[in-house]
Amino acid sequence: MSHGGASASLNPFSRLMSGTAGPVIVVVAVIFAAWYVAAVLLNTPFQRDTYERAGQENVSIARLITDTLAQERPVMPAPHQVAVEIWKTTAEKKVTSKRSLVYHSGITLSSTLLGFLIGTTLGIGLAVLIVHSRVLDKSLMPWIISSQTIPILAIAPMIIVVLNAIGITGTLPKAMISTYLSFFPVTVGMVKGLRSPEIIQLDLMKTYSASQGQTLLKLRLPSAAPFLFASMKVAVAASLVGAIVGELPTGAVAGLGARLLAGSYYGQTIQIWSALIVAAVIAASLVTIVGVSERIVLKRMGMAQ
Amino acid sequence: MAREDGANARSVIDIRDLSLTFETNDGPVHALSNIDLNIEEGDFVSFIGPSGCGKTTLLRVIADLEKPTGGHISVNGVSPEEARLARAYGYVFQSAALYPWRTIANNVALPLEIMGLSSEERAERVKRNMELVNLSGFERKYPWQLSGGMQQRASIARALAVEPDLLLMDEPFGALDEIVRDHLNEQLLQLWAKTNKTVVFVTHSIPEAVFLSTKIVVLFPRPGRIYDVIESDLPRDRTLDIRETPEFLKIAHRVRDGLRAGHSYDD
Repeated sequence: MSHGGASASLNPFSRLMSGTAGPVIVVVAVIFAAWYVAAVLLNTPFQRDTYERAGQENVSIARLITDTLAQERPVMPAPHQVAVEIWKTTAEKKVTSKRSLVYHSGITLSSTLLGFLIGTTLGIGLAVLIVHSRVLDKSLMPWIISSQTIPILAIAPMIIVVLNAIGITGTLPKAMISTYLSFFPVTVGMVKGLRSPEIIQLDLMKTYSASQGQTLLKLRLPSAAPFLFASMKVAVAASLVGAIVGELPTGAVAGLGARLLAGSYYGQTIQIWSALIVAAVIAASLVTIVGVSERIVLKRMGMAQ
Repeated sequence: MAREDGANARSVIDIRDLSLTFETNDGPVHALSNIDLNIEEGDFVSFIGPSGCGKTTLLRVIADLEKPTGGHISVNGVSPEEARLARAYGYVFQSAALYPWRTIANNVALPLEIMGLSSEERAERVKRNMELVNLSGFERKYPWQLSGGMQQRASIARALAVEPDLLLMDEPFGALDEIVRDHLNEQLLQLWAKTNKTVVFVTHSIPEAVFLSTKIVVLFPRPGRIYDVIESDLPRDRTLDIRETPEFLKIAHRVRDGLRAGHSYDD
């Protein structure tokens, strides 16, 4: 600890807040507190109706609060209800069970990763073409940018339906939607990355009379590595969104998207929130994995000091 | 190894009535005009002049990094482009331009990989040239772990590894302090004496130019042109002490006069 000497003399609270752990705990606590307050407020009208119908009067505030946090289909589930639901559908269910969130996460994750892989490869390929050809730069780039202005919710059903019509079903159609979302940040980042070498570094290659391929391999691609990882972080999160959206329009029976859909059909808000939280955790994990591999690769390349 | 300053030395670079005009939005800029210059094998030629006189541009024309707009130039008897494609020269830039993701040894090996040499040949040349610039033991370091002077030495080793007969150096020691610069100048001179290379060296330091060169070319700006060509009669093997001798100071004086004449203080 660099500032251990200074903080040792402070009171325990100041010492806790001087690191990162203290402030993070406070922020999380505030979020949970706000969530609980929102749950009570949003669930109160339904709870009052229930009391009225049952003819109960003069219900105490304490009981009202307890009841609003224990509804079966709340407008806003409380954090502990979501936590219990996640526990029941992960730890207490067999992985193969149709009610297991692990099972559904696995389905979504596989199309996420497949789409991310194809998207990243496609993105790198497009960037290489664009950097080497003025014609492609002028002709492809506008299409690539406008492709992202189309709402994914509008295009996802079409992709699924078209691919189903030609006999492609299962993971691949969903992965295509992940690809659609993830190739874009990779293309944009890699075009910038492949153009990042300084003039002097390119001149150096010219004095060796290096071919375009050699310059690409030995200069442009290594220079682009930091850009690639930055865009892959965006792309992997976008891939997950794509996979979930891909599960919505066809009424898929499995995957986190299917859980969201089923939850909304039957008003199972706790189920919806559980699926959302799990999706968020998966997204955070994927971004973290890309971040960790970025550190490892750049360190091995000697570029992280 | 006979290397007398004789009449039968082979011409390496032949420039006749060369000009280069850049078209810019503010009209044409005459970077070079009416350049006539002959550089012979084994020469150490310095280009010196105020900034904007075209000395770097002239070096880049020789290296085929810029195309002249008029006149004639040949390098090793062929066009600069053919000479570049034949890897006839090694080029040292103002900054080391090492690739940060490569170790020093791999940076030196970069041109050799591009030339398609075998790994044994590469290893041997890397070892030999790193020894030549006193960098043995730093093979596995990354550029950021080395001082500026060591980085520039690594870039010289990289240029030498190509084993060119012609070495083009663009203010290679410009960013270094006086002591390091003196030391590298001495090393460069020893290297040149050992290898019989032709060196073309761009600088804006008078002592550096006089100390290193057999021929000093003084350039003038706007348009870039040659004002004076000074043949140095200093002995080929020199030490830094030579800078105190009357002969050295006489040449330095002539260079300084040339630079003064070319300097305009209007702008």
